Amino acid sequence: MSMDKLKTKVLGRRQILKSVGLGALALAGTGLSSKTVQATPDKASEYLSKLTSGAAGTKGKVTVKLPEIAENGRTVPITVSVDSPMTDGDYVKSVHIVSERNPQPEVISFNLSPAMGKAEVSTRMRLGKTQKVRAAAVMNDGSVYTGDKEIKVTIGGCGG
Amino acid sequence: MAKKPRIKVPKTAKSGETILIKTLMSHKMETGVRKNKKTGKLIPRKIINKFVCKFNGKEVMSADLHPAVAANPYFAFYAKATESGTFDFEWIEDGGKTITASGDIVVT
Amino acid sequence: MNFINNITRVTSLLGIASLLLAYTTNVSHSGSNPNPQGVNKMKSGYHWATAPTREMQDDDFSNPAFLWVDIGSEQWTTKDGEAGKSCASCHSGVETMKGVAATYPKYSAEDGKLRAVQHQINNCRTQQMKAKPWKWESDNMLGVAALVKNQSKGMPIKVKVTGEAQPFYNKGKKSYMLRRGGLDMSCKNCHMDYTDTRIRANILSNGLGNGFPTYRLKWQKIGSLHRRFRGCNKNVRATPFKSGSDVYTNLELFLTAHAMGMEIETPSVRN
Repeated sequence: MSMDKLKTKVLGRRQILKSVGLGALALAGTGLSSKTVQATPDKASEYLSKLTSGAAGTKGKVTVKLPEIAENGRTVPITVSVDSPMTDGDYVKSVHIVSERNPQPEVISFNLSPAMGKAEVSTRMRLGKTQKVRAAAVMNDGSVYTGDKEIKVTIGGCGG
Repeated sequence: MAKKPRIKVPKTAKSGETILIKTLMSHKMETGVRKNKKTGKLIPRKIINKFVCKFNGKEVMSADLHPAVAANPYFAFYAKATESGTFDFEWIEDGGKTITASGDIVVT
Repeated sequence: MNFINNITRVTSLLGIASLLLAYTTNVSHSGSNPNPQGVNKMKSGYHWATAPTREMQDDDFSNPAFLWVDIGSEQWTTKDGEAGKSCASCHSGVETMKGVAATYPKYSAEDGKLRAVQHQINNCRTQQMKAKPWKWESDNMLGVAALVKNQSKGMPIKVKVTGEAQPFYNKGKKSYMLRRGGLDMSCKNCHMDYTDTRIRANILSNGLGNGFPTYRLKWQKIGSLHRRFRGCNKNVRATPFKSGSDVYTNLELFLTAHAMGMEIETPSVRN
């Protein structure tokens, strides 16, 4: 206890700057920091291609709704909707959400069915840093459509 | 701590109507890449890795979750009301523990 | 005077003299009751929250804090302790708590000091139920505290700062103004002098407690106002006090008095 107090007293300007810097680094990770693994746009594509059986997909039909700026990367609401009638003959089979700059590209995969009546799903995700979030929809005929959205993830102030 | 999920299923709906369903589950979604501040050891991953929604026994929607899903997983999605019945929800945790909930709907 | 110094600092640092000077003057004339008319220029943290965060709070279902309110509801009727009682044994339905939390922290003659809602809950537990007290940041305590405060949601804050509460209010005020830690900063430095200015990516709020216990996105769970105090203290490189300590309870009264007349939002959602 007395040591702590002593330390606080002698903490110089440089040390303070250093500790503020470290705090910023810690915040930048927003709970997902990892030095060993890191998703990249290429890794995201690779992962997506696995999920879509190799199909690159056509851009369109998929809307990714995300805030412009995430107030906090730890809980970011996301909604993905796909332009589809969701009938027995024409529906979305699955929706995959992939991150380009999180520690891992995987976020979530939804399996949809015509019983939903509307191809729209919402959840809350974690974002390690400013990046592009991508979504791919696999239709019942095997065709693939994609969409994406850029989101800024700010590094907090003090935030206690 | 009681880990009771919260679910929102409309009590009634008209046949053919598309209804909104919401679920919220209490869970830390431990990523497996965080370290214990005191010991420096990695905290093992423990997340809800699967969510399933069925209506009268038939799957409506399911999801495979990864650590990038935020703590206390939340879902909102739609279902077409065709007949009265029960929506069953299932959350499966790493290790296989399953938490369930259900909600009834009367379709007129 | 310290006050003059602060204005000088604000103006010289930011160079938007007239605007901020007017603002600082307004909020700094606190006196013993910062808000005698029950209407003030203070704003709830909701004002600074982004739209998605507000949406999360606005819908009681989507608001993840309600996972803990549910725990509170369960605890309300759960018998515990040697007396074989639950909260409901004395208070019946939780709706009887309507308006109660709006008057806390409150002076207790029995204790000779202030009680926050959490102290009152533990007092009930140890005195009436003969049960073990709950830890301040436990899920049960956060749950019941959030449940009780939620009964006053939408009601104006109405704490007493005169009479027996006065000395504790004064202590809280002193604590709010006191510079602490390696960064030598007081609560006032951020939350009065620099309100509405950016601190890196965040905008400083009035730092009020009207939505606590709150679900913080950062915490990914619900937490108490005292936990937030500890976070602030750590940020200025000061040794934090214990949750539930006299220092924090007095400070809570001062903050709550600042929000006098403002609606209770518990459980809110904040960054």
